[in-house]
Amino acid sequence: MTAAKSDYRWPHKHLLGLEELSPEDIRFLLSTAYGFEQVSTRSVKKVPALRGKVVVNLFFEDSTRTRASFSLAASRLSADIFDFAATGSSVSKGESLRDTVRTIEAMGVDVIVCRHHLSGAAHQVAGSVNCSVINAGDGQHEHPTQGLLDIYTICRRLGLEGYDLSGVTVAIVGDVAHSRVARSNIHGLIKLGAHVVLVGPPTLLPQGFTELGCELSNDLDSVLPRVDVVNMLRVQFERIQSQAFPSVREYTHMFGLTTHRLTLAKPEVVVMHPGPLNRGIEIDSAVADGPNSAILSQVTNGLAIRMATLFLVTGAQGKGEG
Amino acid sequence: MSSLTIIRGRVIDPANKIDRVTDLVIEGGRVTSLGDKSRPRTDRVIDASGCIICPGLIDPHVHFREPGQEEKETIATGAAAAVAGGFTSVCCMPNTEPAIDDDGRVDFIYHQAARAKQANVFPVGAVTKARAGRELAEIGLMAASGAVAFSDDGVAVASAGTMAKALTYIAMTGKVLMQHCEDPELGGGVMNAGSLASRLGLAGWPRVAEEVIIQRDILLNLHQNIGARYHVQHVSSGGSVELVRRARQDLFGQAHVTAEVSPHHLLLTEDDCASYDTHFKVNPPLRSRRDIEELLAGVRDGTITVLATDHAPHTQEEKELEFAAAPFGMIGLECALPLYIKALIESETIDWPTMISMMTVNPARLCSLTGKGTLTPGAHADVTIIDPKEKWTIDANEFKSKSRNCPFHGWKATGRAITTIVSGDVKLLRDPDRLKDQTDAHDRSKPTQHQPSQIVAQSLHDSKI
Repeated sequence: MTAAKSDYRWPHKHLLGLEELSPEDIRFLLSTAYGFEQVSTRSVKKVPALRGKVVVNLFFEDSTRTRASFSLAASRLSADIFDFAATGSSVSKGESLRDTVRTIEAMGVDVIVCRHHLSGAAHQVAGSVNCSVINAGDGQHEHPTQGLLDIYTICRRLGLEGYDLSGVTVAIVGDVAHSRVARSNIHGLIKLGAHVVLVGPPTLLPQGFTELGCELSNDLDSVLPRVDVVNMLRVQFERIQSQAFPSVREYTHMFGLTTHRLTLAKPEVVVMHPGPLNRGIEIDSAVADGPNSAILSQVTNGLAIRMATLFLVTGAQGKGEG
Repeated sequence: MSSLTIIRGRVIDPANKIDRVTDLVIEGGRVTSLGDKSRPRTDRVIDASGCIICPGLIDPHVHFREPGQEEKETIATGAAAAVAGGFTSVCCMPNTEPAIDDDGRVDFIYHQAARAKQANVFPVGAVTKARAGRELAEIGLMAASGAVAFSDDGVAVASAGTMAKALTYIAMTGKVLMQHCEDPELGGGVMNAGSLASRLGLAGWPRVAEEVIIQRDILLNLHQNIGARYHVQHVSSGGSVELVRRARQDLFGQAHVTAEVSPHHLLLTEDDCASYDTHFKVNPPLRSRRDIEELLAGVRDGTITVLATDHAPHTQEEKELEFAAAPFGMIGLECALPLYIKALIESETIDWPTMISMMTVNPARLCSLTGKGTLTPGAHADVTIIDPKEKWTIDANEFKSKSRNCPFHGWKATGRAITTIVSGDVKLLRDPDRLKDQTDAHDRSKPTQHQPSQIVAQSLHDSKI
């Protein structure tokens, strides 16, 4: 699980989505993260890789875990980091996204970590500035570091040293339509060779995803026995603008990962969830906290993934094509 | 549940393309032999000479008013009316008070039907909560509890967005969405829109209000690439027939768009409303002679594949209201068969096997009623024996239904269900002389029993529950 071929060179100035990455890019990033994972186990949890660089957390949408994870990752790389809470700033006075990010960049910033509630925002930021941009989630589009940490967790759990997911079947269950986590997972998993089954009510499964090579199913019970990983998406009540299923009771009855339903799966199935959990809705507490759960590993692995991401995008600055 | 052989009848089983005089054997609530010469000897024999033996008739569209309006009909009285009319299974619409929009209420319908011990009664679940047209009802849970179809009947699912979502969601269950096709803004009148309505000073309910919903739903189904099963309830206009005809030739084909027609739309016209007789007030409204001809053409060419009564009981007090204020609807279960014979057989529109298929196997497929609608050995022993020649007069006062709102009262009829058998039990036996107990005939030492009359007594008792 060490560095890939020596002639490989990370070509990207930004990380906006997994759709833009090649399988080699993803594998290189994952193996870089593996190297950084060791840093967190040392007594002095710091390396000087980004000393003198400035990272800004630019969050237009509330986030706790992603922002904290990026902050910790930056500080372990010895970068300077500051948070720019875009709510309650000049944005609320009517400033455009472009003006906001150009103003921030003018303060001497190397990396902007951007979270926004509208799809495409990270791309627009990247088009407005010269520094690197990392998408920390844009609307219903992508959340690339979450997708990467999910794939990394799967590889670590299943012991896949070459980050090759051929023969691995992953179910992504729930509100796929509104999920940026699902989109990043789908792109990354398929590029690494996995078979992806999207499971949920038909009102929350975009038919178009079959074109990406995904299988669609409305029947979780029939899918569970043949999957190696089941990734339970959060029901995003705040994003579902019109009612997409009749009731929480019916949703849980059909798509909740209950203790009983888990018995249908392989004994070693890996259970994942991007958080925060709606316990008792999409996942039972006993399952979320049980031996199959990789949910806390996902959080731990997120740190290494974000360190690798910061390290690679800054190293490529001015050289790559973006 | 003794064994029974029905002999010498003309067996019509469209699912198996059978139409010949032969014998049918029922044992243990199932059909065990059809047309087999080496059939076993059974406890009892019914002589069906001169009659048609067919799968039990199925009506996919009735209103039994329970819960909430038991003064009009109950599941027990409605199911007894079904048996009296030759129907062994009916599907009841969810426009009760409260509406059938969750799994507990679906269970309630099954419980009441089991207590009534008459015809099989299958619940149709509401598409939207309280049939209000806004939020999806608990369709998945209702399907798991045995809802056979989904409909907001009485009103359309009017919002295009809600309808698109409902089609998508219901497709997951494999059940059919039955649409009451009436745009609420274009429709809403009390009789067919036209010069007669204008003369009478009554609000019109034009054909386009039906057609615009049908066309919209067909387009939603096609362009969203859903392929949900969509059924047009009680089609009333000739234009609607043409829309369904074209859709059935389209992308998803015949299985995905179906239509039903009711007896009154085949036999009555808006002219019957001219005297303000509320018995002719029905939704959708009676149209014109031209529409009847187009409906008949739709039946003839296989565009319309299902016959349904839309049995809609109302109290006499309600039907005595002013035309504009009286409720819509008429009862049909106990006179539907001769009315279909009059409209379809006597007019030489279709033949007997085709008509039987529209009342048995086609509605069974529509509502996913497995084991019903056919006489294949192994199928449920639901059987109807029809005397196609019997002359009688429709008398609403003789009906088992709790209500009397029947515009066909006093009509001379030809053809009638003379025996109705549900799960092997004889629920209706109009002519006890046709039934022979073979165990008695064989063993003369036993005192003579009057088994047939006992069965009838039991049947009558059940119907009063």
